[in-house]
Amino acid sequence: MSIWEYANPKKFITITTPLVPWILGLAIACLVVGLVWGFFLTPDDFRQGSTVKIIYLHVPAALMAINAWFMMLLASLIWLVRRHHVSALVARAAAPVGIVMTLITLITGAIWGQPMWGTWWAWDPRLTSFLILFLFYLGYIALWEAIEDPDTAADLTSVLCIVGSVFAVLSRYAVNFWNQGLHQGTSVPVVTGGRTISDVFFVPLVICMMGFGLLFFVLVLIRTQTEIRVRRMRAIQLRMRS
Amino acid sequence: MISLLRRDLTLALRAGGGFGLGLAFFLIVVILVPFGVGPEATVLSRIAPGILWVAALLAALLSLDRIFALDFEDGTLPLLATSPLPLEGVALIKGIAHWIITGLPLTLAAPALGFLLNLETSAYVWLLASLALGTPALSMIGTFGAALTVGLRRGGLLMSLLVLPLYVPTLIFGAEAVRRGALGLDATTPLLMLAGITLFSFALLPFAASSALRVNLR
Repeated sequence: MSIWEYANPKKFITITTPLVPWILGLAIACLVVGLVWGFFLTPDDFRQGSTVKIIYLHVPAALMAINAWFMMLLASLIWLVRRHHVSALVARAAAPVGIVMTLITLITGAIWGQPMWGTWWAWDPRLTSFLILFLFYLGYIALWEAIEDPDTAADLTSVLCIVGSVFAVLSRYAVNFWNQGLHQGTSVPVVTGGRTISDVFFVPLVICMMGFGLLFFVLVLIRTQTEIRVRRMRAIQLRMRS
Repeated sequence: MISLLRRDLTLALRAGGGFGLGLAFFLIVVILVPFGVGPEATVLSRIAPGILWVAALLAALLSLDRIFALDFEDGTLPLLATSPLPLEGVALIKGIAHWIITGLPLTLAAPALGFLLNLETSAYVWLLASLALGTPALSMIGTFGAALTVGLRRGGLLMSLLVLPLYVPTLIFGAEAVRRGALGLDATTPLLMLAGITLFSFALLPFAASSALRVNLR
Protein backbone atom coordinates (compact mmCIF):
# COMPACT_ATOMS: atom_id res chain seq x y z
CA MET A 1 0.00 0.00 0.00
CA SER A 2 1.69 3.16 -1.10
CA ILE A 3 0.51 6.68 -1.71
CA TRP A 4 0.92 6.16 -5.45
CA GLU A 5 -2.12 3.90 -5.56
CA TYR A 6 -4.26 7.00 -5.30
CA ALA A 7 -2.72 8.14 -8.57
CA ASN A 8 -5.06 5.75 -10.34
CA PRO A 9 -7.79 8.04 -11.73
CA LYS A 10 -10.60 5.62 -10.90
CA LYS A 11 -9.41 5.17 -7.33
CA PHE A 12 -8.88 8.91 -7.04
CA ILE A 13 -12.49 9.58 -7.99
CA THR A 14 -14.00 6.88 -5.80
CA ILE A 15 -12.04 8.03 -2.78
CA THR A 16 -12.42 11.77 -3.21
CA THR A 17 -16.09 11.92 -4.24
CA PRO A 18 -17.48 11.19 -0.73
CA LEU A 19 -14.87 13.54 0.75
CA VAL A 20 -15.90 16.56 -1.30
CA PRO A 21 -19.12 17.54 0.54
CA TRP A 22 -17.41 17.16 3.92
CA ILE A 23 -14.45 19.31 3.04
CA LEU A 24 -16.68 21.81 1.31
CA GLY A 25 -18.89 22.00 4.41
CA LEU A 26 -15.88 22.42 6.66
CA ALA A 27 -14.47 25.14 4.40
CA ILE A 28 -17.75 27.04 4.39
CA ALA A 29 -18.06 26.64 8.16
CA CYS A 30 -14.53 27.96 8.70
CA LEU A 31 -15.10 30.87 6.35
CA VAL A 32 -18.44 31.82 7.89
CA VAL A 33 -17.11 31.58 11.45
CA GLY A 34 -13.86 33.35 10.60
CA LEU A 35 -15.41 36.12 8.53
CA VAL A 36 -18.35 36.79 10.87
CA TRP A 37 -16.04 36.76 13.85
CA GLY A 38 -13.55 38.93 12.03
CA PHE A 39 -16.03 41.41 10.60
CA PHE A 40 -18.45 41.85 13.50
CA LEU A 41 -16.92 40.59 16.72
CA THR A 42 -13.48 42.17 16.69
CA PRO A 43 -12.79 45.74 17.77
CA ASP A 44 -11.70 48.35 15.24
CA ASP A 45 -8.01 48.98 15.06
CA PHE A 46 -7.22 52.25 16.77
CA ARG A 47 -5.33 53.65 13.83
CA GLN A 48 -6.85 51.88 10.84
CA GLY A 49 -10.47 51.86 11.98
CA SER A 50 -12.70 49.24 10.42
CA THR A 51 -10.62 48.95 7.23
CA VAL A 52 -8.33 46.55 9.06
CA LYS A 53 -11.01 43.91 8.66
CA ILE A 54 -10.23 43.34 5.02
CA ILE A 55 -7.21 41.45 6.34
CA TYR A 56 -9.49 38.42 6.72
CA LEU A 57 -9.80 38.19 2.97
CA HIS A 58 -6.49 39.68 1.91
CA VAL A 59 -4.01 37.61 3.91
CA PRO A 60 -5.58 34.15 3.42
CA ALA A 61 -5.99 34.77 -0.31
CA ALA A 62 -2.36 35.85 -0.59
CA LEU A 63 -1.28 32.77 1.33
CA MET A 64 -3.20 30.47 -1.01
CA ALA A 65 -2.08 32.33 -4.13
CA ILE A 66 1.53 31.51 -3.36
CA ASN A 67 0.89 28.02 -2.04
CA ALA A 68 -1.18 27.15 -5.09
CA TRP A 69 1.87 27.81 -7.23
CA PHE A 70 4.03 25.66 -4.96
CA MET A 71 1.47 22.90 -5.20
CA MET A 72 1.50 23.16 -8.98
CA LEU A 73 5.29 22.95 -8.91
CA LEU A 74 5.13 19.80 -6.79
CA ALA A 75 2.46 18.23 -9.00
CA SER A 76 4.48 19.11 -12.11
CA LEU A 77 7.58 17.46 -10.66
CA ILE A 78 5.58 14.34 -9.80
CA TRP A 79 4.20 14.27 -13.32
CA LEU A 80 7.65 14.59 -14.87
CA VAL A 81 9.16 11.93 -12.63
CA ARG A 82 6.40 9.37 -12.21
CA ARG A 83 4.02 10.28 -15.04
CA HIS A 84 0.79 9.94 -13.12
CA HIS A 85 -1.92 11.63 -15.14
CA VAL A 86 -3.85 12.71 -12.06
CA SER A 87 -0.83 14.72 -10.98
CA ALA A 88 -0.75 16.69 -14.22
CA LEU A 89 -4.49 17.26 -13.98
CA VAL A 90 -4.17 18.51 -10.42
CA ALA A 91 -1.62 21.07 -11.57
CA ARG A 92 -3.96 22.10 -14.36
CA ALA A 93 -6.91 22.30 -11.99
CA ALA A 94 -5.04 24.39 -9.43
CA ALA A 95 -3.93 27.14 -11.81
CA PRO A 96 -7.28 28.92 -12.32
CA VAL A 97 -7.98 28.74 -8.58
CA GLY A 98 -4.56 30.20 -7.93
CA ILE A 99 -5.06 33.04 -10.38
CA VAL A 100 -8.39 33.91 -8.76
CA MET A 101 -6.70 33.97 -5.35
CA THR A 102 -4.05 36.28 -6.77
CA LEU A 103 -6.75 38.55 -8.17
CA ILE A 104 -8.59 38.61 -4.83
CA THR A 105 -5.35 39.56 -3.12
CA LEU A 106 -4.65 42.36 -5.58
CA ILE A 107 -8.19 43.74 -5.48
CA THR A 108 -8.65 43.59 -1.70
CA GLY A 109 -5.18 45.05 -1.36
CA ALA A 110 -6.18 47.96 -3.58
CA ILE A 111 -9.37 48.51 -1.60
CA TRP A 112 -7.38 48.41 1.62
CA GLY A 113 -4.60 50.58 0.27
CA GLN A 114 -6.90 53.35 -0.88
CA PRO A 115 -7.90 54.63 2.60
CA MET A 116 -4.62 53.63 4.29
CA TRP A 117 -1.95 54.74 1.87
CA GLY A 118 -4.14 57.10 -0.13
CA THR A 119 -3.56 55.16 -3.32
CA TRP A 120 -5.06 52.15 -5.08
CA TRP A 121 -1.78 51.01 -6.40
CA ALA A 122 1.87 51.62 -5.60
CA TRP A 123 4.90 50.04 -7.21
CA ASP A 124 5.77 48.41 -3.96
CA PRO A 125 7.85 45.19 -3.99
CA ARG A 126 5.10 43.00 -2.57
CA LEU A 127 2.41 44.42 -4.80
CA THR A 128 4.62 44.20 -7.84
CA SER A 129 5.66 40.63 -7.19
CA PHE A 130 2.01 39.64 -6.91
CA LEU A 131 1.34 41.28 -10.24
CA ILE A 132 4.22 39.29 -11.71
CA LEU A 133 2.85 36.12 -10.12
CA PHE A 134 -0.43 36.92 -11.84
CA LEU A 135 1.38 37.12 -15.18
CA PHE A 136 3.03 33.77 -14.53
CA TYR A 137 -0.34 32.17 -13.85
CA LEU A 138 -1.69 33.74 -17.02
CA GLY A 139 1.12 32.33 -19.15
CA TYR A 140 0.79 28.91 -17.55
CA ILE A 141 -2.96 28.72 -18.18
CA ALA A 142 -2.56 30.06 -21.72
CA LEU A 143 -0.02 27.35 -22.52
CA TRP A 144 -2.38 24.64 -21.23
CA GLU A 145 -5.16 26.01 -23.41
CA ALA A 146 -3.03 26.36 -26.51
CA ILE A 147 -1.81 22.78 -26.86
CA GLU A 148 -4.22 20.13 -28.03
CA ASP A 149 -2.42 16.92 -27.18
CA PRO A 150 -2.91 16.46 -23.41
CA ASP A 151 0.41 14.71 -22.73
CA THR A 152 2.42 17.29 -24.65
CA ALA A 153 0.58 20.04 -22.82
CA ALA A 154 1.27 18.43 -19.45
CA ASP A 155 4.97 18.05 -20.23
CA LEU A 156 5.46 21.56 -21.53
CA THR A 157 3.51 23.24 -18.76
CA SER A 158 5.47 21.26 -16.18
CA VAL A 159 8.74 22.51 -17.63
CA LEU A 160 7.33 26.03 -17.72
CA CYS A 161 6.18 25.72 -14.10
CA ILE A 162 9.66 24.70 -12.92
CA VAL A 163 11.48 27.40 -14.86
CA GLY A 164 8.78 29.89 -13.91
CA SER A 165 9.19 29.11 -10.21
CA VAL A 166 12.88 29.90 -10.35
CA PHE A 167 12.23 33.15 -12.17
CA ALA A 168 9.36 34.07 -9.88
CA VAL A 169 11.66 33.80 -6.87
CA LEU A 170 14.28 35.77 -8.76
CA SER A 171 11.72 38.46 -9.60
CA ARG A 172 10.71 38.69 -5.97
CA TYR A 173 14.30 39.38 -5.03
CA ALA A 174 14.89 41.75 -7.93
CA VAL A 175 11.76 43.74 -7.16
CA ASN A 176 12.86 44.08 -3.54
CA PHE A 177 16.12 45.48 -4.77
CA TRP A 178 14.37 47.80 -7.21
CA ASN A 179 12.09 49.67 -4.84
CA GLN A 180 11.52 49.91 -1.12
CA GLY A 181 7.84 49.95 -0.41
CA LEU A 182 4.87 50.86 1.66
CA HIS A 183 3.71 47.38 2.49
CA GLN A 184 4.35 46.18 6.02
CA GLY A 185 6.36 43.07 6.72
CA THR A 186 4.77 39.78 7.54
CA SER A 187 2.33 39.77 10.44
CA VAL A 188 2.76 36.10 11.22
CA PRO A 189 6.45 35.22 10.95
CA VAL A 190 6.42 31.45 11.07
CA VAL A 191 10.17 31.07 11.44
CA THR A 192 10.70 33.26 14.47
CA GLY A 193 7.44 32.32 16.15
CA GLY A 194 6.66 35.84 17.28
CA ARG A 195 3.95 37.94 15.73
CA THR A 196 3.00 41.56 15.43
CA ILE A 197 -0.75 41.05 15.39
CA SER A 198 -2.72 40.78 18.61
CA ASP A 199 -4.74 37.72 19.61
CA VAL A 200 -8.08 39.44 19.08
CA PHE A 201 -7.40 39.63 15.36
CA PHE A 202 -5.21 36.57 15.11
CA VAL A 203 -7.65 33.80 16.00
CA PRO A 204 -10.28 34.68 13.38
CA LEU A 205 -7.47 35.23 10.88
CA VAL A 206 -6.19 31.70 11.43
CA ILE A 207 -9.72 30.35 11.02
CA CYS A 208 -10.05 32.27 7.77
CA MET A 209 -6.71 30.92 6.58
CA MET A 210 -7.91 27.39 7.32
CA GLY A 211 -11.15 28.15 5.50
CA PHE A 212 -9.32 29.42 2.43
CA GLY A 213 -6.97 26.45 2.51
CA LEU A 214 -9.85 23.98 2.66
CA LEU A 215 -11.74 25.90 0.00
CA PHE A 216 -8.72 25.74 -2.28
CA PHE A 217 -8.36 22.03 -1.56
CA VAL A 218 -11.94 21.20 -2.35
CA LEU A 219 -12.03 23.36 -5.47
CA VAL A 220 -8.93 21.62 -6.79
CA LEU A 221 -10.47 18.23 -6.01
CA ILE A 222 -13.68 19.07 -7.85
CA ARG A 223 -11.83 20.53 -10.80
CA THR A 224 -9.52 17.51 -10.98
CA GLN A 225 -12.50 15.16 -11.00
CA THR A 226 -14.03 17.23 -13.78
CA GLU A 227 -10.81 17.06 -15.77
CA ILE A 228 -10.65 13.29 -15.36
CA ARG A 229 -14.23 12.95 -16.53
CA VAL A 230 -13.63 15.28 -19.48
CA ARG A 231 -10.69 13.18 -20.48
CA ARG A 232 -12.73 10.01 -20.18
CA MET A 233 -15.49 11.47 -22.32
CA ARG A 234 -12.98 12.37 -24.96
CA ALA A 235 -11.52 8.89 -24.93
CA ILE A 236 -15.00 7.38 -25.30
CA GLN A 237 -15.83 9.72 -28.16
CA LEU A 238 -12.60 8.83 -29.94
CA ARG A 239 -13.34 5.13 -29.53
CA MET A 240 -16.86 5.51 -30.88
CA ARG A 241 -15.67 7.42 -33.89
CA SER A 242 -13.12 4.79 -34.93
CA MET B 1 28.78 22.90 -32.60
CA ILE B 2 30.90 25.49 -34.34
CA SER B 3 29.55 24.48 -37.73
CA LEU B 4 25.98 24.74 -36.47
CA LEU B 5 26.73 28.21 -35.15
CA ARG B 6 28.28 29.17 -38.45
CA ARG B 7 25.29 27.77 -40.35
CA ASP B 8 22.82 29.75 -38.24
CA LEU B 9 24.78 32.96 -38.62
CA THR B 10 25.14 32.51 -42.37
CA LEU B 11 21.44 31.83 -42.71
CA ALA B 12 20.55 34.89 -40.69
CA LEU B 13 22.93 37.08 -42.70
CA ARG B 14 21.99 35.88 -46.16
CA ALA B 15 18.30 35.09 -45.78
CA GLY B 16 17.73 38.61 -44.54
CA GLY B 17 15.34 39.80 -41.89
CA GLY B 18 17.00 38.57 -38.74
CA PHE B 19 20.00 40.82 -38.60
CA GLY B 20 18.62 44.22 -39.44
CA LEU B 21 15.05 43.82 -38.34
CA GLY B 22 15.62 43.78 -34.60
CA LEU B 23 17.96 46.72 -34.88
CA ALA B 24 15.47 48.73 -36.94
CA PHE B 25 12.73 47.95 -34.44
CA PHE B 26 14.98 49.11 -31.60
CA LEU B 27 15.64 52.36 -33.45
CA ILE B 28 11.98 52.98 -34.17
CA VAL B 29 10.82 52.36 -30.59
CA VAL B 30 13.45 54.71 -29.25
CA ILE B 31 12.49 57.37 -31.80
CA LEU B 32 8.80 57.00 -31.03
CA VAL B 33 9.20 57.59 -27.30
CA PRO B 34 9.97 61.34 -27.54
CA PHE B 35 6.83 61.74 -29.65
CA GLY B 36 4.91 60.14 -26.84
CA VAL B 37 6.35 61.95 -23.83
CA GLY B 38 7.44 65.24 -25.36
CA PRO B 39 10.87 66.53 -26.34
CA GLU B 40 12.02 68.00 -23.00
CA ALA B 41 15.62 66.98 -22.46
CA THR B 42 15.37 66.57 -18.69
CA VAL B 43 12.41 64.19 -18.90
CA LEU B 44 14.06 62.19 -21.65
CA SER B 45 17.35 61.84 -19.84
CA ARG B 46 15.53 60.62 -16.76
CA ILE B 47 13.62 57.89 -18.53
CA ALA B 48 16.35 57.03 -21.05
CA PRO B 49 17.80 54.00 -19.17
CA GLY B 50 14.42 52.36 -18.87
CA ILE B 51 13.39 53.14 -22.45
CA LEU B 52 16.62 51.78 -23.87
CA TRP B 53 16.30 48.57 -21.88
CA VAL B 54 12.63 48.02 -22.63
CA ALA B 55 13.23 48.70 -26.33
CA ALA B 56 16.16 46.29 -26.41
CA LEU B 57 14.01 43.67 -24.70
CA LEU B 58 11.18 44.08 -27.20
CA ALA B 59 13.60 43.97 -30.11
CA ALA B 60 15.05 40.73 -28.78
CA LEU B 61 11.54 39.35 -28.33
CA LEU B 62 10.62 40.15 -31.92
CA SER B 63 12.96 37.65 -33.49
CA LEU B 64 12.53 34.84 -30.98
CA ASP B 65 10.05 32.75 -32.92
CA ARG B 66 12.56 32.47 -35.77
CA ILE B 67 14.97 30.54 -33.57
CA PHE B 68 13.33 27.16 -34.01
CA ALA B 69 10.31 27.74 -36.24
CA LEU B 70 12.14 27.66 -39.59
CA ASP B 71 14.15 24.59 -38.65
CA PHE B 72 11.01 22.92 -37.39
CA GLU B 73 9.10 23.58 -40.58
CA ASP B 74 11.72 22.31 -43.02
CA GLY B 75 12.62 19.30 -40.89
CA THR B 76 16.10 20.35 -39.86
CA LEU B 77 15.22 20.16 -36.20
CA PRO B 78 14.50 16.41 -36.10
CA LEU B 79 17.78 15.90 -37.95
CA LEU B 80 19.60 17.98 -35.37
CA ALA B 81 17.91 16.01 -32.62
CA THR B 82 19.20 12.72 -34.03
CA SER B 83 22.68 14.08 -34.70
CA PRO B 84 25.56 13.18 -32.36
CA LEU B 85 25.39 16.69 -30.91
CA PRO B 86 23.22 16.59 -27.77
CA LEU B 87 20.02 18.58 -27.99
CA GLU B 88 21.14 20.67 -25.03
CA GLY B 89 24.10 21.75 -27.14
CA VAL B 90 21.79 22.62 -30.01
CA ALA B 91 19.69 24.79 -27.72
CA LEU B 92 22.79 26.49 -26.36
CA ILE B 93 24.12 27.22 -29.84
CA LYS B 94 20.74 28.55 -30.94
CA GLY B 95 20.75 30.92 -27.97
CA ILE B 96 24.27 32.11 -28.74
CA ALA B 97 23.44 32.57 -32.42
CA HIS B 98 20.36 34.59 -31.50
CA TRP B 99 22.47 36.77 -29.26
CA ILE B 100 25.06 37.41 -31.97
CA ILE B 101 22.29 38.26 -34.43
CA THR B 102 20.23 40.54 -32.17
CA GLY B 103 21.85 41.16 -28.78
CA LEU B 104 25.28 42.14 -29.99
CA PRO B 105 24.13 44.72 -32.59
CA LEU B 106 21.65 46.10 -30.04
CA THR B 107 24.43 46.55 -27.52
CA LEU B 108 26.65 48.28 -30.03
CA ALA B 109 23.87 50.53 -31.31
CA ALA B 110 22.53 51.50 -27.91
CA PRO B 111 25.03 54.32 -27.16
CA ALA B 112 24.11 56.03 -30.43
CA LEU B 113 20.46 55.94 -29.41
CA GLY B 114 21.47 57.17 -25.96
CA PHE B 115 22.41 60.46 -27.64
CA LEU B 116 18.91 60.74 -29.04
CA LEU B 117 17.43 60.36 -25.57
CA ASN B 118 19.92 62.74 -23.95
CA LEU B 119 21.38 60.05 -21.70
CA GLU B 120 23.79 61.27 -19.01
CA THR B 121 27.41 61.02 -20.14
CA SER B 122 28.38 58.98 -17.08
CA ALA B 123 25.83 56.29 -18.01
CA TYR B 124 27.24 55.21 -21.38
CA VAL B 125 29.78 52.81 -19.93
CA TRP B 126 27.12 51.24 -17.75
CA LEU B 127 24.66 51.07 -20.63
CA LEU B 128 27.17 49.15 -22.74
CA ALA B 129 28.19 46.93 -19.85
CA SER B 130 24.67 46.14 -18.72
CA LEU B 131 23.44 45.38 -22.23
CA ALA B 132 26.50 43.27 -22.98
CA LEU B 133 25.94 41.29 -19.78
CA GLY B 134 22.15 41.19 -19.92
CA THR B 135 21.17 40.55 -23.55
CA PRO B 136 22.67 37.01 -23.55
CA ALA B 137 20.22 36.16 -20.78
CA LEU B 138 17.39 37.58 -22.89
CA SER B 139 18.43 35.39 -25.81
CA MET B 140 18.73 32.23 -23.73
CA ILE B 141 15.40 32.74 -21.92
CA GLY B 142 13.86 33.44 -25.30
CA THR B 143 15.32 30.23 -26.70
CA PHE B 144 13.54 28.38 -23.92
CA GLY B 145 10.28 30.17 -24.77
CA ALA B 146 10.71 29.39 -28.46
CA ALA B 147 11.37 25.73 -27.64
CA LEU B 148 8.16 25.59 -25.61
CA THR B 149 5.98 26.99 -28.37
CA VAL B 150 7.69 25.57 -31.47
CA GLY B 151 4.95 23.05 -32.21
CA LEU B 152 2.14 25.58 -32.05
CA ARG B 153 0.71 27.15 -35.15
CA ARG B 154 0.13 30.59 -33.67
CA GLY B 155 2.82 30.49 -31.04
CA GLY B 156 4.13 34.02 -31.41
CA LEU B 157 1.70 35.85 -29.19
CA LEU B 158 1.61 33.08 -26.61
CA MET B 159 5.39 33.06 -26.52
CA SER B 160 5.55 36.74 -25.62
CA LEU B 161 3.10 36.08 -22.80
CA LEU B 162 5.34 33.28 -21.53
CA VAL B 163 8.67 34.98 -22.04
CA LEU B 164 7.99 38.52 -20.84
CA PRO B 165 7.43 37.62 -17.16
CA LEU B 166 10.69 35.67 -17.28
CA TYR B 167 12.42 38.84 -18.51
CA VAL B 168 11.45 40.82 -15.42
CA PRO B 169 14.57 40.23 -13.27
CA THR B 170 16.92 40.91 -16.18
CA LEU B 171 15.11 44.13 -17.02
CA ILE B 172 15.09 45.34 -13.43
CA PHE B 173 18.79 44.80 -12.84
CA GLY B 174 19.77 46.05 -16.29
CA ALA B 175 17.81 49.29 -16.12
CA GLU B 176 18.87 49.78 -12.50
CA ALA B 177 22.54 49.53 -13.46
CA VAL B 178 22.15 52.22 -16.12
CA ARG B 179 20.06 54.42 -13.84
CA ARG B 180 22.67 54.25 -11.11
CA GLY B 181 25.35 54.99 -13.66
CA ALA B 182 23.43 58.04 -14.81
CA LEU B 183 23.16 59.30 -11.24
CA GLY B 184 26.86 58.73 -10.69
CA LEU B 185 26.27 55.99 -8.14
CA ASP B 186 28.09 52.70 -7.93
CA ALA B 187 26.40 50.22 -10.25
CA THR B 188 28.41 47.08 -9.61
CA THR B 189 25.73 45.27 -7.55
CA PRO B 190 23.07 45.23 -10.28
CA LEU B 191 25.74 44.39 -12.84
CA LEU B 192 26.87 41.43 -10.77
CA MET B 193 23.27 40.26 -10.41
CA LEU B 194 22.81 40.65 -14.15
CA ALA B 195 25.91 38.58 -14.84
CA GLY B 196 24.60 36.00 -12.38
CA ILE B 197 21.28 35.74 -14.19
CA THR B 198 23.06 35.38 -17.53
CA LEU B 199 25.40 32.65 -16.31
CA PHE B 200 22.54 30.88 -14.60
CA SER B 201 20.43 31.01 -17.77
CA PHE B 202 23.24 29.62 -19.87
CA ALA B 203 23.97 26.89 -17.37
CA LEU B 204 20.45 25.59 -16.82
CA LEU B 205 18.02 26.78 -19.49
CA PRO B 206 19.52 24.68 -22.34
CA PHE B 207 18.36 21.61 -20.40
CA ALA B 208 14.85 22.99 -19.99
CA ALA B 209 14.76 24.08 -23.65
CA SER B 210 15.96 20.71 -24.91
CA SER B 211 13.42 18.81 -22.82
CA ALA B 212 10.69 21.05 -24.24
CA LEU B 213 12.05 20.41 -27.76
CA ARG B 214 12.02 16.64 -27.18
CA VAL B 215 8.38 16.84 -26.16
CA ASN B 216 7.51 18.91 -29.20
CA LEU B 217 9.34 16.54 -31.56
CA ARG B 218 7.66 13.47 -30.12
